[in-house]
Amino acid sequence: MSKVIHLNMVTQRAVEEGEAMESGKTTQLYFDVCSLVEMNAEDIKELDINPNTVVKVTSECGEVIVKAVVARQTCPRGLCHIRQGVWANQVVPPRTQSTGEPQYSGFPVTIEPAPEARIVPAVELIQKACNKWNGQLLWPM
Amino acid sequence: MQETIKHVACPYCGACCDDLEITVEDGKIIEVKNACIIGTEIYHHASREGRVGSPRRRQPDGTYKDITYEEAIDFTAKMLIKAKKPLIYGFGSTNCEGMAAAGRVAEDAGAVLDNCASICHGSSFLAIFDTGYPSCTLGEVKNRADVVIYWGSNPQHAHPRHLSRYGVFPRGYFTGKGYKGRKVIVVDPRYTDTARCADHFLQVQQGHDYELFDAFRMVMHGYADKIPAIVAGVPKEKILEVCEIIKGGRYVHIFFGMGLCHSDGRNHNVDIAINLVRDINEYTKCTIMAMRGHYNIAGPGIVWAWQFGFPYCIDLTKGSHAHMNPGETSSVDLANRGEVDAFINIGTDAGAHFPIRAFEKLGSGIPMVTIDPSVNMAATVSDVHIPVAIVGVETGGICYRMDNVPIQYRAVVEPYNGILTDEELFDRIYERMQELKKEGWTTDEGVWDYATPLADVRPVKEVYE
Repeated sequence: MSKVIHLNMVTQRAVEEGEAMESGKTTQLYFDVCSLVEMNAEDIKELDINPNTVVKVTSECGEVIVKAVVARQTCPRGLCHIRQGVWANQVVPPRTQSTGEPQYSGFPVTIEPAPEARIVPAVELIQKACNKWNGQLLWPM
Repeated sequence: MQETIKHVACPYCGACCDDLEITVEDGKIIEVKNACIIGTEIYHHASREGRVGSPRRRQPDGTYKDITYEEAIDFTAKMLIKAKKPLIYGFGSTNCEGMAAAGRVAEDAGAVLDNCASICHGSSFLAIFDTGYPSCTLGEVKNRADVVIYWGSNPQHAHPRHLSRYGVFPRGYFTGKGYKGRKVIVVDPRYTDTARCADHFLQVQQGHDYELFDAFRMVMHGYADKIPAIVAGVPKEKILEVCEIIKGGRYVHIFFGMGLCHSDGRNHNVDIAINLVRDINEYTKCTIMAMRGHYNIAGPGIVWAWQFGFPYCIDLTKGSHAHMNPGETSSVDLANRGEVDAFINIGTDAGAHFPIRAFEKLGSGIPMVTIDPSVNMAATVSDVHIPVAIVGVETGGICYRMDNVPIQYRAVVEPYNGILTDEELFDRIYERMQELKKEGWTTDEGVWDYATPLADVRPVKEVYE
């Protein structure tokens, strides 16, 4: 039985994400820099995994497979960060406190190791959620 | 032949750096100077292989087929007329001319018109309506501010040149010592790259900014001895030390970002920040500014407030008047409740940046048009994708910087493959809608019951005389 850890999650911009976004959201670069969950090194230890292990992040409204890394911009213990973008938004609760703004910062997630799981590419995540075309990028870029 | 164009403004973030130098050869961008890594990427992206050169219509098997602008405009115009409550969302990355043209289309279509502020600084708007906005321009920060606070914002990542152009490093008229003469305070739950540049870093507990503001206000009101030993994870001594720096400053400026607007409390966090500014003004001069994200996300607030009286979440479906009520007419809430029956995504990417549980209701089941120069996530599930010229690269126009100063953007190359600008596109959609209406096109669902003026209402002047 693998360990599970409960954290508070935020999602915000990173310059790596900004650069990748402008080069194109279907690029390998965007996939590489956004499908990560940044955590405190101690939290990664508590989860009993090595950094760069694939994990499953689950919130009240969904789950996503990402890679756990030690945050370069240090997260305090108990806080994790997925850079804004397709993977983070798989778990962001859409509740808005009647302001129109979803709960991007500060919602509970559980993280568990999932070393065998596949990190799903952005297009596939979006098209599957919208129930369209089985996640295939069917036209030339 | 190579040509270097100077004083070009950058179409990325709200800092709107207007000192770029772009070198162009044979209609291609070959060098970008002075821009940050993200701005540089925008210019190079424009000249890269693989741009979408014409509108595209989705086929039943999921592939896209190139169509003409006439066909794409016809599809969009028919969709807008047929829909009872279409949503037109985006506009962070286009110019004010395009926003005004879209406003005319939205009014004619009876649409909900919303911009990315809806998921970004929308709650700042709500706080500003409630409390006011004692702000300034970025030039005043550069020339006067000697205490600069970044609260819940990480400009080193989101506005990479903000610190060097305005906030921390530049030498201004009364700040000749540059960063040596400034005290920089960063408040953030994470030890960000901006925090590394700070003289004082307050590691606030995520979601507890309101309490920390409250403690600051207590100190400003003279109740320093009453605050607890630790507030929101920050020791009392640190709060008192920072408050002394603030009181001793000649000109204090607070930049606030998504840390306040996205956390629990939303507009109330901004509300108390503005109240703190009022308190600090009892001691010294203090101003506040929202760190706006896109280069022209302040634009819709200006253009639409002038057109309709509201900056965002504008419901024009009633036909007789505009109405704004975030929570009801905001894009994410409309999506959550499945209340719209057609969707135009323009100059943003709802696919990547909406929570998927909200976006999946827009992306499935209702007709959807994406207007964007690039292939974004919204375009991967759209029925029609219409490419447009990139503002600041292929077309000019007016854009509002984060301090609501208009900046004239300019084109450095011709639009790729002769694609239209946002303004031309929306004007042609409007014209096509008028033609279709004359031909008898109307909505399937019937129209809303309009509020009709009472027949016996007399002008106020007449009543009182």
